[in-house]
Amino acid sequence: MKTTDLDFYYGDFPALEGVSLDFYINRVTALIGPSGCGKSTLLRCLNRMNDLIPYSRAEGKVLLDGQDIYDPNVDVVGLRRRIGMVFQKPNPFPKTVFENVAFGLRVNGISKKTYLANRVEESLNLAALWDEVSDRLDDSALGLSGGQQQRLCIARALAVEPEVLLMDEPCSALDPIATQKIEELIHQLKSSYTIIIVTHNMQQAARVSDITGFFYLGKLIEVDDTDTIFTRPKLQQTEDYITGRFG
Amino acid sequence: MNESETTLMEPGAMSSSALKGAEKEQNDMIKPSHARERRRRVFQRSAFGLFRIAAAVNGTALAIIIYFLVARGWRAINWTFLTQPPIDSMTKGGILPCIIGTLCLSMGAILVALPIGVASAIYLNEYARPGRVLRVIRLGINNLAGVPSIVFGLFGLALFVVLLGFGVSILSGALTLGAMTLPVIIGASEEALRAVPDTYREASLGLGATKWQTIYRVVLPAALPGILTGAILGIGRAAGETAPIMFTAAVFYSPSLPSSIFDEIMALPYHIYVLATAGTEIEATRHLQYGTALVLIVLVLGLNLVAIVYRARLRRRLG
Amino acid sequence: MMSFAGTGQNQIKEMDEFARKGRGRQRRERAIRIFFFCIALASITTLGLIVVFLFMEGLPIFAKVSVNDFIFGRYWYPTDEPPDFGIFALIMASLAVTTVASVISIPLGVLTALYLAEVASARIRELVKPIVELLAALPSVVIGFFGMVVVAPFLQEVFDLPTGLNLFNASLMLAFMSIPTICSISEDAIFSVPTELKEASLALGATHLETIVRVIVPASISGIATAIILGMSRAIGETMVVLMVAGGATLIPSSLFDPVRPMPASIAAEMAEAPFRGDHYYALFATGIVLFIFTLLFNVVADHIAHKYRQVGAATL
Repeated sequence: MKTTDLDFYYGDFPALEGVSLDFYINRVTALIGPSGCGKSTLLRCLNRMNDLIPYSRAEGKVLLDGQDIYDPNVDVVGLRRRIGMVFQKPNPFPKTVFENVAFGLRVNGISKKTYLANRVEESLNLAALWDEVSDRLDDSALGLSGGQQQRLCIARALAVEPEVLLMDEPCSALDPIATQKIEELIHQLKSSYTIIIVTHNMQQAARVSDITGFFYLGKLIEVDDTDTIFTRPKLQQTEDYITGRFG
Repeated sequence: MNESETTLMEPGAMSSSALKGAEKEQNDMIKPSHARERRRRVFQRSAFGLFRIAAAVNGTALAIIIYFLVARGWRAINWTFLTQPPIDSMTKGGILPCIIGTLCLSMGAILVALPIGVASAIYLNEYARPGRVLRVIRLGINNLAGVPSIVFGLFGLALFVVLLGFGVSILSGALTLGAMTLPVIIGASEEALRAVPDTYREASLGLGATKWQTIYRVVLPAALPGILTGAILGIGRAAGETAPIMFTAAVFYSPSLPSSIFDEIMALPYHIYVLATAGTEIEATRHLQYGTALVLIVLVLGLNLVAIVYRARLRRRLG
Repeated sequence: MMSFAGTGQNQIKEMDEFARKGRGRQRRERAIRIFFFCIALASITTLGLIVVFLFMEGLPIFAKVSVNDFIFGRYWYPTDEPPDFGIFALIMASLAVTTVASVISIPLGVLTALYLAEVASARIRELVKPIVELLAALPSVVIGFFGMVVVAPFLQEVFDLPTGLNLFNASLMLAFMSIPTICSISEDAIFSVPTELKEASLALGATHLETIVRVIVPASISGIATAIILGMSRAIGETMVVLMVAGGATLIPSSLFDPVRPMPASIAAEMAEAPFRGDHYYALFATGIVLFIFTLLFNVVADHIAHKYRQVGAATL
C-alpha cells in the first residue's frame, strides 16, 4: 500500500500536503508527530474514513495493490473490508462480546452458526483475548475492562480478515499493563498483516515499529527505519522532536 | 476587550457608583469598600430571590390546576364511569367511548407519524449533508411545528374529510393528528440519533458494513430507547389535542362504539369541551366534566411522566 | 512497491468479484438514500399541502369581499342577511390576548430559565425541569376548562365583573401555555453558554449576578429571543383556551376585562354550523390563512434570529 503526492483539505485548510509514503507487508509503520500534524488524517485517508467529513476532499493517489482507492469506481465498502481499523478509544458496540466480533461477518452475509463460532474464537485467540472472555461471550461487551475492550475491537477488525490494519493511537486510553499487552499483540500480528499505527508516544513507536514517518504541519518530514529515525535522523527538525526539544 | 473587562468589574450593575472619577474607580477595584460589597450581595440575593419566585409560580400553577382537578374530579371516577357509555343525554353514565376514541386516535396518529418521523430523522442525521436542501427541509419541519392546531383541523377537514372522502372518521383524525405530531417525533428521534457516538458508526464502516447496515444494525438499536421516549411523548401530545379533531373525527355523541376506521368517534378532550360549553345541563354535569378532565390528565401526564423518567434513566446510563 | 505478495490469477478473480458486488451494493445504497430523502420531504410537503388547502378553501371569499374589507372590516356577522365578513375585531383580539399573555409569560419564563440554568442546585434542577415539561404537556382543553370553572368565577367575584370569561383570563391561561416553551428553549441557550466565558467574568471579580446580566444573557440573547417568539407564536395559535375562556364577543377590546373573540376561537366555534362551501365556510378558511400567516411570520423571524445571530460559544469556534 502506498500514497503518492496526497493532499487532504478540510474546507480550504490543507491538513496534508504532498505526502508520498510506502507501507510494507509484514512491517509495522509508525506515524509520529505533534498533534495536528496530519498523522491521524493520513491514517483515515487510507480507508476513506474521511469521506464522512463534510466539505473535505483528497487529491493525489492512495494505491492498494496498485489500484487507486480514490478512483470513483472503487467500492468504498469493499475497500474497508480489506482494511481494518482500530480506534483511539475502545469503541465496542453495545452488544454481546460474541456479536461484536461476529458483526463484520454478519454484514458480509455470513450467518452459519458453526462457522461464525469458529471465526469468533479464532479472532479472539489472535487478539489474545479468548482465555479471558471465553465464558462470557454472551455478556455485554461494555462490561469488559478498557484493555479488554480494545483487544475486542482488534479481534473484531481481524474477524473480517483484512489485509491492512490501521491503528489510531490504540493505547492512548489504556493503562500501562494493557498497553503492553496490545504492543505484544502488534508484534505477533505483523507476521500476517501490513500494520500502520499512529502514536504520540515515541517510546511506543520505537518499541513496536519497523519504519517510522515523522509528520509536521501536514507534511511528511522524514521517513526511515525506526532505528535510524531514533538514533541518526537526517534532519534537525526530526531530531528536535524526538529528543523532546519541541512538540 | 479592555473596555468590557472594565465594565465587568464595575460593582453593582445598576448603582450610580459608576459615575465616580476614574482615579477613584481604580482604587475601588483594588480595594472594594465594604458598603459596596454589601450592596452587591444584597442586590444579587434579591435578584436570585426573584428568579426563585418565578420558578415557584410555575410549580404552583401546575399544583393548583392538578389540585382542583383531583379534588373535584376523583369523586366522579368509579368503575361505572370508566366502563359505561354516557346515558340520559350525557348527564349520567360513563365515558368509555371517549377513552376508547382517544386511544384509537392517538395510536393511529403514532402509527402514521412514527415511521415517517424516524425515517426523516435518519435522513437528516445520517445522510444529509449541510446545504440548501437541508436548510429547506429544516425550515419545513420548524414551521410545521408552529402551525396552530386549529389550522391542522382546517387542513384535515379539507384534505382527508372532503377531498379524499374519508368523512369524519378515526382515519381522518389520526392522519391529521399524525401530521401534527410529526415534528415532535422527528425532533426526539434526531436527538436520539445524535446521541449515538460517531465511533460506533466509524467502527461499523471500518469493518466494511455499508451505510445502511451501519444504520440498521448499530445506530438504530442504540437510538431505540430515545426514539421510544419520543413516541410516548407523541402519543401524549396527540391524546390531549382537541382542535385538530373537532372537524375531522370527534362527534358530540355516538350511540355505539366504533367498528371500523371509517367510523366517527367520541374523544376525551372534545367530550370535556362539549359538556362544559354545550351540554344539556352544564352546571349539573360539572362532576362529570371534572372527572373526564382528570382521566385525560392522568392519561397524558402519566405518559409524559413515563417518558421523562425513562429518559432521565437513559441519560444517566449514557453518562 | 506492492505490499501484498501474489497478484496471481486467484486474486484478480477475487477483485473482479469485489467490483461486481460493489456495484450492486452501491446501487442499493443509493436507492435507500433516495428513499429516506423522499420521506424526509414529508414535513415540507405537509406544510405545502396545508397552504394549498387553506388557500383553495379560503380564497373564494374574496370574490364577495375585498381583502381590505375582510381584514379591516369592523363587523363580523357571518350569518346575517346580508352577512358581514370583517375580521378586524378578531385580529385585534388575537393580538391583544397574545400581548397580555406575553407580558406575563416572558418575565416568568426567562427568569425561571435563569433560575434553572444558573441558580438552582443540580437536584432542584432535576426536579423543576420535569415540572416545566409537565406544564407544557397539559392538554389545552384542560387549561381552558380550568380557566372556565375556577379562574372565571374567581375573577368575576374579585373584580366585580359582568363575566369572568374575558381577555385577561384568556391571557393568563395562554401565558401558562407559553411559559414552558419560553423557559425550556431559553434554558437550553443559557445553559450552553461556555463555562470559560462565565469563569472569565467571575475571575475578574464580578459577582454571579453581574456575570449573568453582563455576560451570560448577552451571550445567549439570540436563543432567548427565539424562545420568546416561539412562545408568542404558540399563544396566538392556541385554540381551546381562547374558545372556552375569552368570552366570545366580537368587539375590539378597550379594557383588560372585555370579552373577546380571537381568530382560532371564531374558526373552532363556527365551522360546525357553517354550510359546507358557503361564504361563511370560505370566510373561516380565510381567517385560517390570516392566522397561519401570523404564526408563519413568528416562526420565520425566530428561525432567522436563531441562524443569523448564532450563539457565541464553543460550537462557533
